Amino acid sequence: MRLPFKAPTTRAASAALLAAAALFTSAGAAAAASPSPSASAGEDGAPTEAGTGFRTATVLKQGQKATADASTGDYLYWQFPAGAGQQPQVKATVNLPEAATRHGSAVWQLDVYDGLRRRQACTSGEPTKRASEQDTSVTMTCTLRTVRPWAERWANDPLPGAYYIRLTLTDAPDRDHGLPVKAEVEATAKDAGGARAEGGEVAPLHAAAVKEPEDGWNGSWWSDRWAWTVGGAVLGALAAIGGYVLTRHPRRSAQQ
Amino acid sequence: MIIRKRLAAGACALLAALAGGIAPANAADGPPKDSPKVELVLDVSGSMRAQDVDGGSRTRMAAAKQAFNEVIDAVPADVRLGIRTLGANYAGDDKELGCRDSKQLYRVGPVDRTEAKTAVATLQPTGWTPIGYALRGADQDLGTDGGTRRIVLITDGEDSCGQPDPCDVARELAAKGTHLTIDTLGLAQDDKTREQLSCIAEATGGTYSTVRHTKELSGRIKQLVRRAETPVETPKPVQGADACSKAPEIGAGLWTDRETFSEHRWYRVNVKPGQELRTSVSIGADRAVDRDYGVLVRAVSEGGQELVRGAESGSGRTDVISSGLRFPNGQSGDKDEKGKESRTVCLEVSSSFSAPANVKRDPGLPVELAVDLVDAPDNPSDVAAFGLGRGWVLLGVLALTGLIAGLVWGWVSRWRVTVWRAN
Repeated sequence: MRLPFKAPTTRAASAALLAAAALFTSAGAAAAASPSPSASAGEDGAPTEAGTGFRTATVLKQGQKATADASTGDYLYWQFPAGAGQQPQVKATVNLPEAATRHGSAVWQLDVYDGLRRRQACTSGEPTKRASEQDTSVTMTCTLRTVRPWAERWANDPLPGAYYIRLTLTDAPDRDHGLPVKAEVEATAKDAGGARAEGGEVAPLHAAAVKEPEDGWNGSWWSDRWAWTVGGAVLGALAAIGGYVLTRHPRRSAQQ
Repeated sequence: MIIRKRLAAGACALLAALAGGIAPANAADGPPKDSPKVELVLDVSGSMRAQDVDGGSRTRMAAAKQAFNEVIDAVPADVRLGIRTLGANYAGDDKELGCRDSKQLYRVGPVDRTEAKTAVATLQPTGWTPIGYALRGADQDLGTDGGTRRIVLITDGEDSCGQPDPCDVARELAAKGTHLTIDTLGLAQDDKTREQLSCIAEATGGTYSTVRHTKELSGRIKQLVRRAETPVETPKPVQGADACSKAPEIGAGLWTDRETFSEHRWYRVNVKPGQELRTSVSIGADRAVDRDYGVLVRAVSEGGQELVRGAESGSGRTDVISSGLRFPNGQSGDKDEKGKESRTVCLEVSSSFSAPANVKRDPGLPVELAVDLVDAPDNPSDVAAFGLGRGWVLLGVLALTGLIAGLVWGWVSRWRVTVWRAN
């Protein structure tokens, strides 16, 4: 059961946690007088490295633009969080090696997996693209299904938790492997709205490494369903009063 | 978790800074025992004299030396670095001797920058290219005590010794379960070198790059050294059985196993009431495999009934194929007695990988099994959020219901007034 009172409390709690986290991290950073060594990050804190497998996938925040230097043929992995009611969208751009060093067209592919490493379908976008020999860059996009707060265990519906991004070359002349490329990845999420506000709850999938989204794993307690339902109730009440007045009216006119 | 990690990292950095400030000479107190280890394996064979790096302005050896100097300067404090050479000492024609010419130039440990640089400066392009032999040596140099282990192989040509085949050596080292990754950097662009180096990298989950400029070379090595430093959970080895009854019991955690083509492996997991079992399985393609492949993971009850399965298939170039499944043991609202006791779930892992006849079958493909047991809320609740409604039909129904209720109420009260008056 999802109770209306519960969501705000968890929100408050997570806000407090966040504040505490901010305090601690800034304190830690100040003490060390340098950013933590493991976080190889750019100026705005966005990661500048990619992982090479599910286990080493670099953590991304929603809306962050991560970059990575790699070689053609590398498998690049990132992970980002998504909560219920969100429709995640991933965009990846690869700056290809100089045209002079390439020998043919190359097919690049973007795959998105959920926290259980199950491949997720793209509802729209172009996850696979062929770059011709002259292209300087290639951009792939993938929009996932709306993340649901609950799904039956036999379903592979997207659930709250971590999502893995895998970016790789799937086809190119053998001679073009190993050349330097620069990849850029961004994961965003769109609110799917009240029409997709669902009930239920599961513990987020493999979410230890990623940070909970702003609205929590289960999405915000608010949806326009509240407005529709309350509005309907008010309308019903008004209609009831109207109906009652309608039946009383003839008697008043009879008395006059 | 993140907070703790950051704090720990901060504390480590602080300690390192302190230690560095107080006792710069005392290198023995350097990184802890489980700190990551990287060994750079450099080809110093005769062909490294070729002058084709940076557009022909520099020899391969000069480029490698400069890159090494830059890398030595940039090594993070907690990484233990070693250097091994191959083909650096024997210039003769005796294959027997030339193919055993690989020496550790700098032992794996905290880096003394001047010492390491001096050692590198003495290198002169000399002999053969015994890559396979050197990889075995590098694996021994790294030892087996904790921490991530990485070999970075920099070479300009294929193995000139033939035996042992470096690609087989790489797969054999990876199968030892010591979490070894080999990254390869090629200074030459010919097909054979590329094929061999790609094969070595693929066999261990490493990466292959070709290099044409000194800047690329040093940048890439630095990146690989940094990568070794990234903390990562290392999987524990386990050996699955061919039937559920004989299967090893595994708990939550990360497990690794090897599975040959068309082999099925079973594992057992104990799931307490109210817990949810979550499993992800990845099977790596660490050698040349046929175009189409798939993975199937099934959760089966002890009685042999399938509970739930995860399956995935694909085709084309890939590093892994993975799938996962969830199985909650009972639901919170479950009145059923079944969900009130812990139960053993058998996991069966199989793949439909196949390979051309000339590809080696042993050791099997690497399997990674992530098992998680969560005290899961698994509440189906209502389909809609809080059971709320939405849309014009809802509004219409509520309004109409209200209107009818109002009318009925009005008529009833009119009728009562009439009855009261009549009495």
